Amino acid sequence: MLRFLLEGLLRHPLCEPLPPSEAALANELAGAARRRLGRSLAIRAVDAGSCNGCELELHALNNPYYDIERFGIRFVASPRHADLLLVTGPVTHNMREALERTYSAVPDPKWVVALGDCALDGGCFAGSYAVVGGVASVIPVDLHIPGCPPPPAAILSALVRLLA
Amino acid sequence: MPDLRDLIDISAWNFRTGPLPERQASRADWERVGDALERGSVTLLGLWAGAGCVRLALFASGTRHVGLLSYRTDDSFPSLGRHCAAAQRPERAIRDLYGLVPEGAPDMRPWLDHGRWRMEQPLGTPRPAPPAEPYRFLTAEGDSLHQVPVGPVHAGIIEPGHFRFTAQGETVVRLEERLGYVHKGIEGLMRGVSLDRGAAIAGRTSGDSTVAYAWAFAQAVEAALAMAVPPRALHLRALMAELERLANHLGDIGAICNDAAFAMMLAQCGALRETVLRAADAAFGHRLMRDRIVPGGVAQDLSPEGAAEIRAVMADIGRRFPALVELYDNTASLLDRTVGTGRLAPDLAAAFGAGGFVGRASGRDFDTRRALPYAPYDALTFDVPVRNDGDVNARIWIRIEEVRQSLGLIAQIVDTLPGGEVRTDANLPGSARSGLGLVEGFRGDVLVWVALDPDGQISACHLRDPSWFQWPLLEAVIEGNIIADFPLCNKSFNCSYSGHDL
Repeated sequence: MLRFLLEGLLRHPLCEPLPPSEAALANELAGAARRRLGRSLAIRAVDAGSCNGCELELHALNNPYYDIERFGIRFVASPRHADLLLVTGPVTHNMREALERTYSAVPDPKWVVALGDCALDGGCFAGSYAVVGGVASVIPVDLHIPGCPPPPAAILSALVRLLA
Repeated sequence: MPDLRDLIDISAWNFRTGPLPERQASRADWERVGDALERGSVTLLGLWAGAGCVRLALFASGTRHVGLLSYRTDDSFPSLGRHCAAAQRPERAIRDLYGLVPEGAPDMRPWLDHGRWRMEQPLGTPRPAPPAEPYRFLTAEGDSLHQVPVGPVHAGIIEPGHFRFTAQGETVVRLEERLGYVHKGIEGLMRGVSLDRGAAIAGRTSGDSTVAYAWAFAQAVEAALAMAVPPRALHLRALMAELERLANHLGDIGAICNDAAFAMMLAQCGALRETVLRAADAAFGHRLMRDRIVPGGVAQDLSPEGAAEIRAVMADIGRRFPALVELYDNTASLLDRTVGTGRLAPDLAAAFGAGGFVGRASGRDFDTRRALPYAPYDALTFDVPVRNDGDVNARIWIRIEEVRQSLGLIAQIVDTLPGGEVRTDANLPGSARSGLGLVEGFRGDVLVWVALDPDGQISACHLRDPSWFQWPLLEAVIEGNIIADFPLCNKSFNCSYSGHDL
């Protein structure tokens, strides 16, 4: 245990700087977030029917390489604490009501980001009797991040751009 | 003498190299299967429906044989759930999707159908749905009981599902799961599509097992068409499968410890997991290796640089992982949470045919790679760890041991990689055929059954996630534990929602 703590103090951090173009944006982020939200950005993630691939990459954002919290972005446990709803997957009929209720529990002003190819139009699940379609067919969407699943660096860049 | 030897007679070599013979089961055969399941002499591998029939895959341990039976019916079939609890949820799903009624089934409540599809039995003869009735949860009786409903939207970044706890004080008296929220109708989407499209959908059944699903689907198609796959492609598939297993185990070992508030383990294991995903990206062009396994072979060859990258990353993990194992084993406050928590009795694991680390931590010595071997694992050396203590700690140790085994397998595969082609083209079947695929994913055995038209389109496909036989056991292990230990139990199982809900 002590060894790990000592290493943590002495070794260079694993977390990587953003690419230069994004780094400039990241600097603006702190100011923009404060200006618009009065605090940092709180995200509530909702899986509305995904295969779990997008969730894996969202988890990766919390690992030491991406360390999303250094930008003041964090995932919260309740939609009532959130500024932004991050929705993955095609919306299934069985999840539609849960998604609508989660959306209405997020206080205004709020953003919605649809994550992954399925969230755009249902992806390869479109047309099924069990699928409503993309996220925008249920709640208004501000930004779509493409990919199957989008890599963590792409998600991070997109969120930073959204705020800046 | 093994039970039902006349019915369980398809050897692993047979179903892995050629189309499946379809055996029609009489009512008497079906009842005999029920008795054998009840006695525990055979294990249920899958139970699903098709047009005018229900199908059943069985495994008799120690035989390296499987049995595949179909029972013709347009309305009902004798319930196997009366004899074997593992069959109950599959039977409820069959009724929801196809309208075929399991006669005398102990539980006739809907399972995947939440009354929101605007139709009933969508894969049978669809008809307008009547207004949905509220779901009746099972009851618990006693003094001072209270209920805690959780989900479908959970606190963390995880898939949706509903858990209904009945607790007395802090102690859980009963947990009941309600799943089906991410049902996407995958069996319906598979009908009438091309093999390429089918492979893409199969790879999106459960995101963390995309390699295992794509491989099982490819196996089923190749068996149906009796196709020979180039040896290099088989090795590359196994390489991807072991990278997937490694990444998932590393991530989950950290995540389980994090659920006991030991965040350092998550940070350290998360960093190792990231290096595996980056190596996969460098070697195969996708972090999760999605769409890389296709019927006939693999979509992309491995470059020498990719192989070198994998070697380097594996060497690094081999150096750093032992210290993490030591950290886990020497942290008393963490072991205090994991030892003795969520104990799964070996007889339950056996009765449900629980695959993967869930079964192997509770004495069920089953690994598809060895029990029903497939290339290239028949030519590779590895151990299958088994324990009998069955608690959260045991499931962590099985995963730790499997990390070591995967590191060894990856080294062997990279060192013995044959040359040559990585893909052959699928030939037209010319007649209707079906095939079976069975692959050991990180979570357990993934089963795929596929039927092809004479012109090579998919006429029907069933994908059975290992979670079908693990989810019900989670309800059993939490009983008598405190609610606060549920995240630990749940994460140590890490069942798939999407793979189960289909």
